[in-house]
Amino acid sequence: MALDKIGIAKRIAQELKDGYYVNLGIGIPTLVANYIPEGINVEFQSENGVLGMGPFPFEGEEDADLINAGKQTITTLEGAVFFDSATSFSMIRGKHVQLTVLGAMEVSEQGDIANWKIPGKMVKGMGGAMDLVASADNIIVAMMHTNKRGESKLLKKCSLPLTGVACVKKIVTNLAVLEVVAKGFKLLERAPGVTLEDIQNATEGKLIIEGDIPEMVL
Amino acid sequence: MINKEVNSIEDAIKGVDNKMTFMLGGFGLCGIPENAIKALSESGINGLTCISNNAGVDDFGLGLLLHKKQIKKMISSYVGENAEFERQMLSGELEVDLIPQGSLAERCRAGGAGIPAFFTPAGYGTEVAEGKEVREFNGQPHILESALEADFAFVKAWKGDTAGNLIYKGTARNFNPMMAMAGKITVAEVEHLFPAGELDPASIHTPGIFVQRIFQGKDYEKRIEQRTVRTKE
Repeated sequence: MALDKIGIAKRIAQELKDGYYVNLGIGIPTLVANYIPEGINVEFQSENGVLGMGPFPFEGEEDADLINAGKQTITTLEGAVFFDSATSFSMIRGKHVQLTVLGAMEVSEQGDIANWKIPGKMVKGMGGAMDLVASADNIIVAMMHTNKRGESKLLKKCSLPLTGVACVKKIVTNLAVLEVVAKGFKLLERAPGVTLEDIQNATEGKLIIEGDIPEMVL
Repeated sequence: MINKEVNSIEDAIKGVDNKMTFMLGGFGLCGIPENAIKALSESGINGLTCISNNAGVDDFGLGLLLHKKQIKKMISSYVGENAEFERQMLSGELEVDLIPQGSLAERCRAGGAGIPAFFTPAGYGTEVAEGKEVREFNGQPHILESALEADFAFVKAWKGDTAGNLIYKGTARNFNPMMAMAGKITVAEVEHLFPAGELDPASIHTPGIFVQRIFQGKDYEKRIEQRTVRTKE
């Protein structure tokens, strides 16, 4: 069975390592913070200027001066720190953040990503996404394998305006975990009950299948 | 001590004019100079270029200036929360320059720091890079981005003193410190204004040298865009 958004978040949470500073994008990535593995300490950075982000506040305890990059009210944990936007992106461009998780509309087999603009339809802006993907060594894309029309989001070439080139390393979808390698999307894991054929049918770009592909363990 | 305090909002925005370039601090509606925006809206000046990470919402923040068609051009990184903005952009009434958030922050910082341009990896290979010089450093392509400056910068802080020193609260800091540096005239509004000497010099975020005018704002709404809570178990 294909994963839901929570399943995707749970699988990505397995990629967290002790001591990581992590930037989570809006949407599915935000959910990753709910599934940190036992015994691991990580800190979440939000590019609007906070490290050490905690859970959402209890009702009545919201503070207008304390939000994340999605403009949601948040709390902070012990050891948290606030800083300005230039310092925030120094952390990001300077590779002080070990993992970036973000959503995407399209990813190409070269690791290009498009997630900020649909010409003529949606122009909201790139926010911090271009800075994040241009600099991070470790970028995981969290997304559905296909769009609402059932079309593959893992393509030979992106059709939408790019956010960054050759930057995505790993993709976790509702169907699979894939690694972007020189020749295409290398299949690493299948969602429970999802067949190789299901994944092949949902992948327009070159899919590389080598040996037995295990099911994800969630 | 050089006293930067002005006693009225009229004095705070004195000298603003049509066709000027303004920087306005804030991220979403967090840390925006509410008093200055309201006064600019009431002043009726137009043809403005506004540099701000976001464009407010329909009836608050920079949305107030957009609604009265006072803005000719916006320089921002994310503008997704404003229907009137989208309408003006798609109809061509409003020029929009969208730039990566980190580049926006650094371009403001550079403007205030006397650095005319810098290379960054952000935006390489995208439409942001069109027309910009590309150069490789350490085997990686980078694009040349130029500094931004403004006739006025309007910033908002939590505490300030009459010497212009500023302390921000929480994530309301965001773009305010860099914009304070990059304004030819920087106007700071604060929730609490103290006599010089009452704030701990080691705790100041923006040194008063970057601020030309300061006043205690009033009637802060501090709207929350995405009120998100959890329930007690």
